[in-house]
Amino acid sequence: MSEYILETRSLTKHYGGVHALEDASFALRKGEHVAIMGDNGAGKSTFVRQITGVEQPTRGEIHFDGTKVEFSGPLAAREAGIEAVFQTLALADHLDVPDNLFLGREKTKWNWLGPFRRLDYKAMHAETLAALEKTGVKIPSIRNTIQFMSGGQRQCVAIARTATFHSKLTIMDEPTAALGVQETAQVENIVRTLKEQGEPLILISHNMRQVMDLCDRIVVFRRGRICANLIARDVTGEEVVAYITGAKTQPDYSTEGAT
Amino acid sequence: MRGSESMAEATVGIGGLKYDHRKRYRPPELNVFLALVLIVGVFELLGQTMPYMNGQSFLFDTQGRFNSIFNEARLQIIILQVAIIGIIALGVTQVIITGGIDLSSGSIVGATAMIAMSFAQVAEVNGNPHTRAVFFEQGWLDLPIIVPVLVGLGCGLLAGLINGLLIAYTRIPPFIATLGMMVAARGVAKWWTKGQPVSFPTESYAAIGAGMMPVYIFIGLAVLFYLIMRHTVYGKHTYAIGSNMDAARMSGINVQRHLTLVYTIAGGLAAIAAIVLSSKNLTAQAGMGVMYELDAIAMAVIGGISLQGGRGSIIGTCLGALIFGVIISGFTFLRLDAYYQEMAKGAIIVGAVVLDQWRQRRAAHRM
Repeated sequence: MSEYILETRSLTKHYGGVHALEDASFALRKGEHVAIMGDNGAGKSTFVRQITGVEQPTRGEIHFDGTKVEFSGPLAAREAGIEAVFQTLALADHLDVPDNLFLGREKTKWNWLGPFRRLDYKAMHAETLAALEKTGVKIPSIRNTIQFMSGGQRQCVAIARTATFHSKLTIMDEPTAALGVQETAQVENIVRTLKEQGEPLILISHNMRQVMDLCDRIVVFRRGRICANLIARDVTGEEVVAYITGAKTQPDYSTEGAT
Repeated sequence: MRGSESMAEATVGIGGLKYDHRKRYRPPELNVFLALVLIVGVFELLGQTMPYMNGQSFLFDTQGRFNSIFNEARLQIIILQVAIIGIIALGVTQVIITGGIDLSSGSIVGATAMIAMSFAQVAEVNGNPHTRAVFFEQGWLDLPIIVPVLVGLGCGLLAGLINGLLIAYTRIPPFIATLGMMVAARGVAKWWTKGQPVSFPTESYAAIGAGMMPVYIFIGLAVLFYLIMRHTVYGKHTYAIGSNMDAARMSGINVQRHLTLVYTIAGGLAAIAAIVLSSKNLTAQAGMGVMYELDAIAMAVIGGISLQGGRGSIIGTCLGALIFGVIISGFTFLRLDAYYQEMAKGAIIVGAVVLDQWRQRRAAHRM
């Protein structure tokens, strides 16, 4: 077993003539929280789309949990254990919390009935409560449908989903971009809980304070390339901004450079 | 207000979580039920007060004709006259919950009734050979009941399957796909016998729709599909697709296959309605089931099924069907012309949606 949960080697994605991602070599240790930062169009989302199987890279390799993988779609990545919380939340508004957590992988009884097999509500409720406790998510009633929940609660449900299925890697794409102060704090607490439990995480965020607070390492993307690999406690916000804007470059960064 | 009510009932679970064991807020079906009670009340009141009605009761047995306090004959008629369209509405409900629409069910009823009936004809009418039977020359007469039933079901399922495949795999809007089926299936209904009606079914076939049988079949199917929608993976995925199709797809639900299944089941239910209807009428005509699709959609909409998808239940549709039946019976009871009946039906369809939207907005506001 390798010490890395995720490793990409020269990951490249071209959309026709547009080089959205160029030679991205990235590594994530088990239990490590890494932030990905960069200006709009720097290649962050493109990078995430390759490792979550939404798109297939033009070139390069992805190694996940010690084996080389090629995901045919988001579901394949998910089955391998990569769980992504996207900006556009993949939740069904009219279903309640357990229904959403277990959507597409319901616990069932009477499986011989095929598509008409019976839902095991009891087991799903019990596991939902366990997952919410694990992530520290507080929701007044799990029987509530998602549609009437606040943005923060919805985000929490989406994150709790990752905890329910013992995923090996969680990816969050700007989880607090649309949230208020309190809700942001709630989501950040969940991220800390994941850290305590040693769950690896990739966090995409524009919020410097949040990144400094929650992550061990900051990887900066610029113009489709990884331009810096920084240890969060060794750098200041100003320095990171300098890397993001291109005022400063780290010529000899390496995936091994930061520990 | 609802929120605080439920909070009072909530128990604190592990990790300080509040877990509400009760239903989370007033279910929309309750409003439909209250509307039903209100409409019945209005007819009751009008019956008692209108001078020409001589104080007749709409709902209660005032003449001692039955062994209960209710006017059982009226209650039976109320359900009987909506049972067959109600069966269609069960399928239409599922389609609407996925965010689709099915305009073809009325025509599927017409085509299926013609085809099924032609396999259910007797050999002899009043002692003479039934020479006008569709399959007289082939000698396919006096067939066991299973033949027309299976043929009929097959027709409905096939039509539904075509709908489903078109919608799921060519990605044309359900409105267009089922509109095409609506026109085409009506064509099949007319082509099958070149416009001739099909009559004289076997005794066993005629028994399917005799007396209160349509009601029992409707109730049986309603219970079955209530359980399916509430307690099976099929039901959950149907709601999920209507609620957020992208989320459903990302969760690994095979959306295309599921949509195909939903439309196929809707076609099957239309076929059951066709068999019951042709059996009840002892004849099938190419014009059978015209406008049934719209009545079925109206029942679902009155019952609180949202045309945006994701919301509603079988119970709602059943209550919507009952409201339909009460209105038809009520107008007959008040000896009012059928014209007023249609006007009232139209107003209630629109009113139900307006009220529901208003309620939704208020609920969203309060949170």
